[in-house]
Amino acid sequence: MTQPRFFNCWLLFAVVAGAIALCMDHDYYYTLLNFIGIHTLLVVGLNLLLGYAGQISLGHAAFFGLGAYTSGILTATCGVDPWLALVAGLGVSGTAAFLIGIPALKLRGYYLAMATLGFGIIVYIILNEAQGLTGGPSGLSGIPSLSLAGFAFNTPRRLYLLIWITVGIILALSANLVDSRTGRAIRALHDSEAAAESLGVDTFRMKLKIFVWSALYASLAGSLYAHTLNFVAPSSFGFMFSIKLVTMVVLGGMASIWGSLLGAGALTVLPEMLTVFHDFEVVIFGAILMVVMIFLPRGLVRGILDLYEFRRYKREGGTFPV
Amino acid sequence: MEQVSFGVDPGVVKAVIGPNGAGKTTLFNLVTGFLSPQAGHIVFQGQEIQGRPAHLIARRGIARTFQLVQLFDHMTVLENVMVGRHRLSRSGLLAGALQFPWTRREEKEIRAKAMEALEFVGLADRARQSAAVLPLGLKRMLEIARALASAPTLLLLDEPASGLDAVETERLQDLILELRRQGLTTILVEHDMGLTMEVADTIAVLNYGKLIADGPPRAIQKNPEVIAAYLGTDWQT
Repeated sequence: MTQPRFFNCWLLFAVVAGAIALCMDHDYYYTLLNFIGIHTLLVVGLNLLLGYAGQISLGHAAFFGLGAYTSGILTATCGVDPWLALVAGLGVSGTAAFLIGIPALKLRGYYLAMATLGFGIIVYIILNEAQGLTGGPSGLSGIPSLSLAGFAFNTPRRLYLLIWITVGIILALSANLVDSRTGRAIRALHDSEAAAESLGVDTFRMKLKIFVWSALYASLAGSLYAHTLNFVAPSSFGFMFSIKLVTMVVLGGMASIWGSLLGAGALTVLPEMLTVFHDFEVVIFGAILMVVMIFLPRGLVRGILDLYEFRRYKREGGTFPV
Repeated sequence: MEQVSFGVDPGVVKAVIGPNGAGKTTLFNLVTGFLSPQAGHIVFQGQEIQGRPAHLIARRGIARTFQLVQLFDHMTVLENVMVGRHRLSRSGLLAGALQFPWTRREEKEIRAKAMEALEFVGLADRARQSAAVLPLGLKRMLEIARALASAPTLLLLDEPASGLDAVETERLQDLILELRRQGLTTILVEHDMGLTMEVADTIAVLNYGKLIADGPPRAIQKNPEVIAAYLGTDWQT
């Protein structure tokens, strides 16, 4: 990651986000962009865990749900300040991740996948069954919007501002992290736990740290989600959504911060665009995913960069180093 | 392994040799905490370390390389060595994300020390390449650089010459001799007898998990038990 190119990425991000803020004239687009933003927070968090640390979580929707419901219940039922509720959500999700992580992260591969999957399903069932607290399957309504110094984030445009500034900050923090001492230790244990241990890296502790950190992102996304929709229902936090998040990570590119943005964007917009196909929507969605993964197995960002490099090599008459 | 007992004096290069399956790598795994002994003691700097977790032993200053090279393939050559500085730096996850001024200072120091280690093994010009694309000889050098970056008190090299050609082995030999000059205590497991005899101060010979000889290279070469078990009768210096 060279310094100038990195800087260009941030400039591009700010310019595009700013241009969109000025140019869009339809609330629908802002709503869509807001969902992309919320999904980006989830995907970048999961990417730190899955793409960088190499630890899978098939229950990430649960942390998203814990954040959303903690915010929802505390504000709608108990009348707590939304910002305080957001912090409480971080506390709940972080603690849950810590407690689940201790036994689960001793497991590897499929077993870790099963453990996190189980956790996701348990949370989903609790959200459905604890009707007194969560409102059950019909959901929880009356969640107030966030506001800052009298400025309420209660329209798609205002929310766009809040969500995308948050996304910008989270992307920056994540990019910093992967390039830091702890980030390198986390990437190292992905490639060789033995070598990482032999250099003094407590691999279990590192896994636990990044698991909790990643759950905090999901929780933040959940709180924003609750205050955006002013309503939450368990169906948004089920197993299928966890799988969709993993798909977003893989499609955008494992171990790629910008890929997370692209993966979240593509898989949020695509279903919207495919609604014109009615009954065949899911089939075409699946087909597009397959084609992309066959031709760009390293994800969208790296895939596009690879294609660009390939063309350059061809133009210069060299051979492409694979 | 049973009845294996030997000491390594500070500043000495100790070689451990023996036929395949003699327990050389097992010995390394015991010392570095990858395996726990059922009985016995491993003492490092006056403290027993047997059975302690690998990362804690590493933090005390024991670094190692692996028989099958274990690099971080998704990282650059420089980043690999930067992980070597892990035990000597402090910045946590939050500091990494927020990049405090002292975090940046520490990062700069990590980078400088890592570059130093790369220069030492002659890999500085490859710093930005992916570790995965290096040829095996350079991968072994990188692994040594990574171990050296952790400023170890004791370095364990597990068959560093295996898979290397004559030129690369020569360079490895120079490197180990240079480390010996600098006073780094080293334990070396190696099958290349030319290299071993050249760099080792003393040699321990293992066979079927037992220590059958321990002494300076000249004595080992003449030891009839060692010749029978390992060196063979046609061994000449």
